[in-house]
Amino acid sequence: MYGNDFPADDTSSGLLGEVEAAETALREAAERGRHGAAGADPAAYFAEVIAADQKVEPRDWMPEAYRATLIRQIAQHAHSEIIGMQPEGNWITRAPSLKRKAILLAKVQDEAGHGLYLYAAAETLGVSRDELVDLLLAGRQKYSSIFNYPTLSWADMGTIGWLVDGAAIVNQVPLCRCSYGPYARAMIRICKEESFHQRQGYELLHTLAHGTPAQREMAQDSVNRWWYPSLAMFGPPDTDSTHSAQSMAWKIKRFSNDELRQRFVDMCVGQAEVLGLTLPDPALCWNDERGGYDFTQPDYAELMRVIKGAGPCNRQRMEHRRRAHREGAWVRAAAAAYAAKQASKKEQASKKEKVA
Amino acid sequence: MSEYSEPTSQPGGAPPAPLWEVFVRARRGLAHTHVGSLHAADAELALHNARDLYTRRQEGVSIWVLPAAAITASSPDEKDAFFDPAADKVYRHPTFYEVPEGAAHL
Amino acid sequence: MTAHVEQTGPEPVPTAPGTTSAVPGMTPAAPKPVTKRFEFVLGLADDALVAAQRLAEWCTRGPEMEEDIALANIALDQLGAARLLLTYAGELEGAGRDEDALAYRRDDREFRNCLLVELPNGDFAVTMAKLFFLAAYQVPLYTALAGCGDERLAAIGAKARKESAYHLEHASLWVRRLGDGTDESHRRMQAAVDEVWPYLHELLTPDPAAPVDPATLRADFDSVVSRVLSEATLTVPETSWTPAGGRNGLHTEHLSYLLAELQVLHRAHPGASW
Repeated sequence: MYGNDFPADDTSSGLLGEVEAAETALREAAERGRHGAAGADPAAYFAEVIAADQKVEPRDWMPEAYRATLIRQIAQHAHSEIIGMQPEGNWITRAPSLKRKAILLAKVQDEAGHGLYLYAAAETLGVSRDELVDLLLAGRQKYSSIFNYPTLSWADMGTIGWLVDGAAIVNQVPLCRCSYGPYARAMIRICKEESFHQRQGYELLHTLAHGTPAQREMAQDSVNRWWYPSLAMFGPPDTDSTHSAQSMAWKIKRFSNDELRQRFVDMCVGQAEVLGLTLPDPALCWNDERGGYDFTQPDYAELMRVIKGAGPCNRQRMEHRRRAHREGAWVRAAAAAYAAKQASKKEQASKKEKVA
Repeated sequence: MSEYSEPTSQPGGAPPAPLWEVFVRARRGLAHTHVGSLHAADAELALHNARDLYTRRQEGVSIWVLPAAAITASSPDEKDAFFDPAADKVYRHPTFYEVPEGAAHL
Repeated sequence: MTAHVEQTGPEPVPTAPGTTSAVPGMTPAAPKPVTKRFEFVLGLADDALVAAQRLAEWCTRGPEMEEDIALANIALDQLGAARLLLTYAGELEGAGRDEDALAYRRDDREFRNCLLVELPNGDFAVTMAKLFFLAAYQVPLYTALAGCGDERLAAIGAKARKESAYHLEHASLWVRRLGDGTDESHRRMQAAVDEVWPYLHELLTPDPAAPVDPATLRADFDSVVSRVLSEATLTVPETSWTPAGGRNGLHTEHLSYLLAELQVLHRAHPGASW
């Protein structure tokens, strides 16, 4: 399966299958073993591990730039999960049925869980979660720009599941084969859980699209607002992407931004038809020669503005996170103080025991 | 997901909650398997957090948490001396890998 | 008040005249005959639903990311119990109302939850105080229901008591840490207990005709509460104020706002399905 991460005929149903294939590959790679020492030339050993599609593990030698790239990428990913709770969290208390309320709450909760899995993966690289959170709160590390758009209607809960989670999954499934073991394992777990997110979003949107005229209009309006920001989630075009080449060589990243974006568009067209909704791109058209859809590129200047902080919700999202952190400080301090008291009580009790 | 490693620095403010490694027994009859790590001020909180973080989908029937600082890991530099002598003793390898993580999703 | 059809549930229980809707300011013509059991189940359901809604408000605002997940879990448990209970209440009523009709299309005067659950979240200490007392009440309540003669209630009780036992454990854990943590956390936790304490009276008000008389839960409730508060170095407040009325539909000012948020979208699209 190596070098062929996407089975040729698969477009829509097989993402979960790919995750499972990645998991199998991970186990196979583990079983192929690797004896022979890192020895005198750890760099050569590292190169061999990468070349053999095996996993780099936390205490292995690795180039500093590889470590730094991973920390940056995993941290951004973790921050995205945590900030990404807000746009959907915005609708939990107003969910229009109890069933939908339960689903949405469980979904947003999963995102918190994913953030924590990822922070844990980053910590294996020798950075602490507190440091990463501080970098986020100080605005020195980024999160996915998509979460700087507002959720203005209930239909956005469906569109986020379908398009935003859909784009995220397309991005993330290849990461299940990332060369860094803890990241790959975290991604396998996350992608399995995410598959429910995308399906619930699609189902939600389908219900609206087949509901009352007002619901249908809500659904179409939502798709109109989220389509281009979702396309922008794959990052700048390959010609402008600064990190891609080295990340591909290290097998941190396995497909280019444009490849993944194309794959996403090709998936969405058929799905939109089933929904009975229109993707807001008059230029969307099958190209037989390329074997994919031609489409209008998102506004990358807008993407850059949002990344730089000028999106509709950047300030709100950051302030929300900072506030939760600030207002929770006394609780965290209490937990630490209680733990210290209990530990010292225990110590005194054991001293007494020894004396007796 | 976290193998033990030392944080390189500790930013100011309240002391960061210690790191705990989490082990889950997926079903009766299986050994506890490492599933990841988390932060908590003490063991009781760590256990609660582990339950909510790693067994939301009924992934486990029993959980261990253990302070990451209490783990002594072998050094990667001695990897061969440490592990190669066991390499030819296949008979010592029980069903070691095959605890599919998240069996409940299947 | 409500648009109840005048019809009793599958197990008709004679209703004593004037026992329901004894609400000041209501015209005496309003009370409709509804079964005692329906009102009882609705009370439990609304406790769980309103508690879930308040806990869900914490989502993305927890003091720790781990605690966000824990609070969401507890909210999901309460929501799950609310759905089972509302569905059953709808069946008892026999007027064709499902869980959503009951959750989304009643006004605050028709809600039967205790006042405790509708109080605003306040800081984390107030939320933990509310959760702790609620769970200390729900654990013996659901345990008693698990052994009651009504099969449906018994099944719901058996499921929910395990969940509530965990809520009690989690809330106790935090009450102890906040009470015996720093000076600030102690002060906040004590203030939270003081604030919430008067509302406990309503939970245990005797009701001998109910499937489980709340008065019978007092011994269990008191023993847990006094043990945990003492471990947390907190003192039991003294007060003679005993606000009540939730079980009769007379609420605090807070509930109407909570319901406005909960119901806004559903009510904006009459007849739509979601």
